[in-house]
Amino acid sequence: MRLLKLITLALSLVLPVAGAWADEEAVPIGDAERGAKVFNQCKGCHQVGAGAENRIGPHLNGVFGRHAGGLDGFAYSKGMQRAASDGMEWDLRRLDAYLENPRALVSGTRMSFRGLKNPADRDDVLAYLRGFSDSPQNIPEAAPTAQHREVDLPPDVLELVGDTAYGEYLSSECKTCHQQDGSDAGIPSITHWPEEDFVVAMHAYKQKLRPHPVMQMMAGRLSDEEIAALAAYFKDPD
Amino acid sequence: MRLNRRRFIGTGVAASATLAAPMVMGQARPRVIVVGGGAGGATAARYIAKDSQGAVDVTLVEPTRTYYTCFFSNLYIGGFRELGSIAHSYGTLASEYGVNVVHDWVVGVDRDAKTVALAGGGALPYDRLVLSPGIDFVDGAVPGWDVSAQNAMPHAYKGGSQTELLKAQIEAMPEGGTYVMVAPPNPFRCPPGPYERISMVAHKLKAENPTAKIIIADPKANFSKQGLFEEGWQKHYSGMITRIGPDFGGENVTVDPAAMTVDIDGEIVKADVCNVIPAQKAGRICEIAGITEGNWAPVDGHTMQSRVDENIHVLGDATNQGDMPKSGFSANSQAKVAATAVRAALTGSRAFPAKFSNTCWSLINAEDGVKVGATYEATDEKIVKVDGFISQTGEDADLRRATYQESLGWYSGITSDMFG
Repeated sequence: MRLLKLITLALSLVLPVAGAWADEEAVPIGDAERGAKVFNQCKGCHQVGAGAENRIGPHLNGVFGRHAGGLDGFAYSKGMQRAASDGMEWDLRRLDAYLENPRALVSGTRMSFRGLKNPADRDDVLAYLRGFSDSPQNIPEAAPTAQHREVDLPPDVLELVGDTAYGEYLSSECKTCHQQDGSDAGIPSITHWPEEDFVVAMHAYKQKLRPHPVMQMMAGRLSDEEIAALAAYFKDPD
Repeated sequence: MRLNRRRFIGTGVAASATLAAPMVMGQARPRVIVVGGGAGGATAARYIAKDSQGAVDVTLVEPTRTYYTCFFSNLYIGGFRELGSIAHSYGTLASEYGVNVVHDWVVGVDRDAKTVALAGGGALPYDRLVLSPGIDFVDGAVPGWDVSAQNAMPHAYKGGSQTELLKAQIEAMPEGGTYVMVAPPNPFRCPPGPYERISMVAHKLKAENPTAKIIIADPKANFSKQGLFEEGWQKHYSGMITRIGPDFGGENVTVDPAAMTVDIDGEIVKADVCNVIPAQKAGRICEIAGITEGNWAPVDGHTMQSRVDENIHVLGDATNQGDMPKSGFSANSQAKVAATAVRAALTGSRAFPAKFSNTCWSLINAEDGVKVGATYEATDEKIVKVDGFISQTGEDADLRRATYQESLGWYSGITSDMFG
């Protein structure tokens, strides 16, 4: 069954490249058949497959490898435009993070979806969507986007209780750019975020999953405890 | 307090805050005097007052009622900002945070008695003194120039009337005229500042006086964001800007403000506008207080305390601290470390490890923004760089536009952080 899925997926993806699916090291993302069912909850906004068009959300043909905000004629949110100008591209890792919690990856996105919390659901729906994108995965020297890299944070990191007083001190560094009153002109608002979203977002910068160089640098030197402290403070900074 | 004719805005607020404040360390409220209301001093005053919730008496001494930020003053020259948009006042620090704002000059520091003397008379006692005076110019740094020549040849390296004067002079240039900048040697305030200014002057001249020329006499072999600026100058202002570095005598400059000429390594240039940015040193009060070594005030990065006197903290451009550039962002970052240390010393509040950061955005042309930045931490020896980044040459227009938009956001953020 597993092998069959792999072959089906490979066939649907890389037909033009002879022998490309012979790479036995390739790991399937998930169960594409099951992913088609998971995708039912996305259909209200997104189309995929032959004749797919932009609706409430952009169509998802060729989403793997697409530049964020990259479809002409779709009115993206300011947040997505910012990610686009920062150079974000939809590879497997980012799609997975986005599906898990859209707002944690792209602040201010209009995708009002609470996220697929079950990793298997994400794997499967991504395996399904993968069938509608070109496949650089098995092409020599192309980035191995089909390799699933884990972005989940260990539970102990998510469960850290932040030291609010320390967070307030650390926050003074954030406030040179991000305004206390939550204004978001030019620079996003970071106040009143749910703690977990804040923690995930900061770790996404720290792991260089989110693209912005200033934030990668700022998050890069924060410990897990310091990120938790900031999240605890910014949850209710007033 | 022995004060004559001093204006204490907001003392009422401070007094009411006192009622709720705990008495700490067995005395009346400990007193902090902050000298200089810029990115370092205003931030320090605000954070100490805000976070001590009235437990510390904070007085900010700043001569001007309206403060013009030096950062973004180049954008005013380039026509991207109104002067009013870079003007700030101290009303909120007084009314919302209970800071005593005194508009006066500090002319003396008695480190034994722990008092500062004001030009208007009187003295203010302190438990901790925070000096954030910015820069002054080194006498004789550019032969022929001293501050009495600053109307003929403006430095425009402190925001306000000098910036206005320089812009007016550029607007009055004859067709095809020559703008000369005498650039400063390291270290100086805002490392990309002179080159952002060149970009803004070029932007203005290209629109208003396209046959005008710009000459930079520069004593430095290299400068901040050099690749980015040179790429932008080539792209937007091709043929307009000539930079004479030290290999061609750019460090051997004499000026004659009466004749409006600049002698660059023996070659006499007639200037229509001459912008002299001399070599710099710590604001004079640091020297008066006796806490400088050479041109700058050495500090311990853990707390921003003077290496000479532990009751004095020094912030921003005036310091010799290590790897951080002299910038408003740096001063603001250092102010928060100092504020935490001052509160911990005076009220026993928690002390936290020093963390610093800096980012400098520069505008090269309309919506063509670039940036450079780094994070820093304190060691016993100095403040050291941890990590950094810089914009890349060849970036697309969307990214440059986003970088510019980000700089506008930063300006709002940092000025709110300084002035409330």
